[in-house]
Amino acid sequence: MKNFQIIKALSANSAVTSLSKEADAKFIAGGTNLVDLMKKNITAPDKLVDINGLDLKKIEFLKGKTVIGALAKNSDVASDKEIKEHFPLLSLALAAGASQQIRNMATVGGNMLQRTRCSYFYNTDMPCNKRVPKSGCGAIGGSNRMSAVFGASESCIAVHPSDMCVALAALDAVVTVEGPKGSRKIDFKDFHRLPGNTPEKDTVLDPKELITSVEIPENNFAKNSHYLKIRDRTSYAFALVSVAAALDLKGKKINDVRLAMGGVAHKPWRLTEAEKFLKGKEVSETVFKQAADLAMKEAVGYGDNNFKLTLGKNAIAEALTIAASK
Amino acid sequence: MASKKTNENKVTPEDANSRRDFIKKSGLFTALALAPPSLVMASENKWDEKIAEYLETVPLSIEVNGAKHNLNIEPRTTLLDLLREQLQLTGTKKGCDHGQCGACTVHVDGIRILSCLSLASMQQNAKVVTIEGLSSGKKLHPMQEAFIKNDGFQCGYCTPGQIMSGIACIKEGHANSREEISEYMSGNICRCGAYHNIVDAIIEVKEGGKLI
Ligand SMILES: Cc1cc2nc3c(=O)[nH]c(=O)nc-3n(C[C@H](O)[C@H](O)[C@H](O)COP(=O)(O)OP(=O)(O)OC[C@H]3O[C@@H](n4cnc5c(N)ncnc54)[C@H](O)[C@@H]3O)c2cc1C
Ligand code: SF4
Ligand code: FES
Ligand code: FES
Repeated sequence: MKNFQIIKALSANSAVTSLSKEADAKFIAGGTNLVDLMKKNITAPDKLVDINGLDLKKIEFLKGKTVIGALAKNSDVASDKEIKEHFPLLSLALAAGASQQIRNMATVGGNMLQRTRCSYFYNTDMPCNKRVPKSGCGAIGGSNRMSAVFGASESCIAVHPSDMCVALAALDAVVTVEGPKGSRKIDFKDFHRLPGNTPEKDTVLDPKELITSVEIPENNFAKNSHYLKIRDRTSYAFALVSVAAALDLKGKKINDVRLAMGGVAHKPWRLTEAEKFLKGKEVSETVFKQAADLAMKEAVGYGDNNFKLTLGKNAIAEALTIAASK
Repeated sequence: MASKKTNENKVTPEDANSRRDFIKKSGLFTALALAPPSLVMASENKWDEKIAEYLETVPLSIEVNGAKHNLNIEPRTTLLDLLREQLQLTGTKKGCDHGQCGACTVHVDGIRILSCLSLASMQQNAKVVTIEGLSSGKKLHPMQEAFIKNDGFQCGYCTPGQIMSGIACIKEGHANSREEISEYMSGNICRCGAYHNIVDAIIEVKEGGKLI
């Protein structure tokens, strides 16, 4: 790892200011992704701004919404009593990610900005448009078992690896960020982007902007929601496919529904067509299967990952069934 | 510095060059005209790299297993390298160095974390406990005793991490069933596959109810 300077920011404002002064500086929160990437020389900032001293760790339950500070630890959010009660989907998704040691370090903001786990991105001897723009994509025509089946481009077929973000996308979260030009809000569904021909950009966040919090609007999904994660081993592995399913049921009738998938696209993938189809219908195995077919209609495999087309369908139907039966 | 022993921190010619650049850029040589005699002496003896090295370090106060240390470290030093290379506490193991195995698990302010992904420079005033800090005198910690009694290891390489994690697993309240223990211990990989006995050891300590 290249040596660098490190400074500790004392306020969000000074964090943003000290970052904007430096061409090649980065915020560091838990460090669980950044330190790893720095060790591999995939990123090599000259300066780190340590944001752990900022007052952004709180989880606040306000009228109509819950606001989670960007520095709240993944483990603290997962085990928070009120999060478990009101947004069990988020708690389940967080608990399904990484290991307890990593969740104890990882923050909400850092989790959102973690980079892809595409093996070519990690292997500096291989071409990768995301790591080195215009160098080519190793995964297209290469080993692409983990790759995307939705929204990929000719430049990049990588997936976003986060579990937490799939739940936040389903729950219509909103991100608050602060930058040199002030603060702004970004809908979670617009926060991560599709690769297009600039796969080096994962999100719409400006590199000089600091994520300060994420808010989740109140909802009626607490009783019937489930996060289903399918992986190569029972625990401590990234998702092959995951599904966040949230139902608002009145008896057997589906009043409202949210569905999102992980492991299938460059961003958490909302299944809006399937949501529309399910709204107003009665819960049944057939309806869930039809919704899953509809959701996966546009999916395209790249060879090694063709199995995700069937796995995806089954996972959607299964997640809905589990959510409905809670 | 002792950290120079690791591959990662080995001084390469590029590093040495960048140190010289750094000195030039920082205008240290001009400043030497006004510098205290020790610095002038350093320059005459071509100790520039040592000074640059000093300037590239940051002060760190940290408590490890009850002992306070005031150190100067390079910002890039991980907590794992600090423990092993500078404080000679080699009980904490380096398995993968990338967050994937759990061998480097230690407690920081009572919470289990991975020392390989933690920058020591971000652990100002932290209280760290490693495997060396568990026993009191010759008396082993109940979790160490339970690992021995239950054959919770074969080669032993993952064991310090497993023990630190196992203690935390109980303290967090995540040791209520075999399934829960397996889930919350999944960040600790054992290549020898001693998992069954590791879970036995954790259950024994949990049920023994001793203060841990
Ligand atoms: C072995 C392993 C297994 C894992 N498995 C999973 C898994 O199964 N599921 C899953 O979801 N994740 C998994 N992870 C990833 C883990 O969740 C992320 O590494 C973690 O969430 C990143 O958070 P952090 O606070 O450590 O971020 P850091 O590493 O500190 O930062 C990551 C990036 O975010 C930026 N950043 C951080 N905070 C802010 C902020 N507030 N504003 C602006 N920029 C910011 C940093 O500059 C950096 O670029 C795994 C990681 C490892 C090492
Ligand atoms: S899929 Fe994306 S991240 Fe993977 S090699 Fe291609 S460009 Fe790089
Ligand atoms: S050495 Fe830290 S997790 Fe493997
Ligand atoms: S005892 Fe050998 S790796 Fe666990």
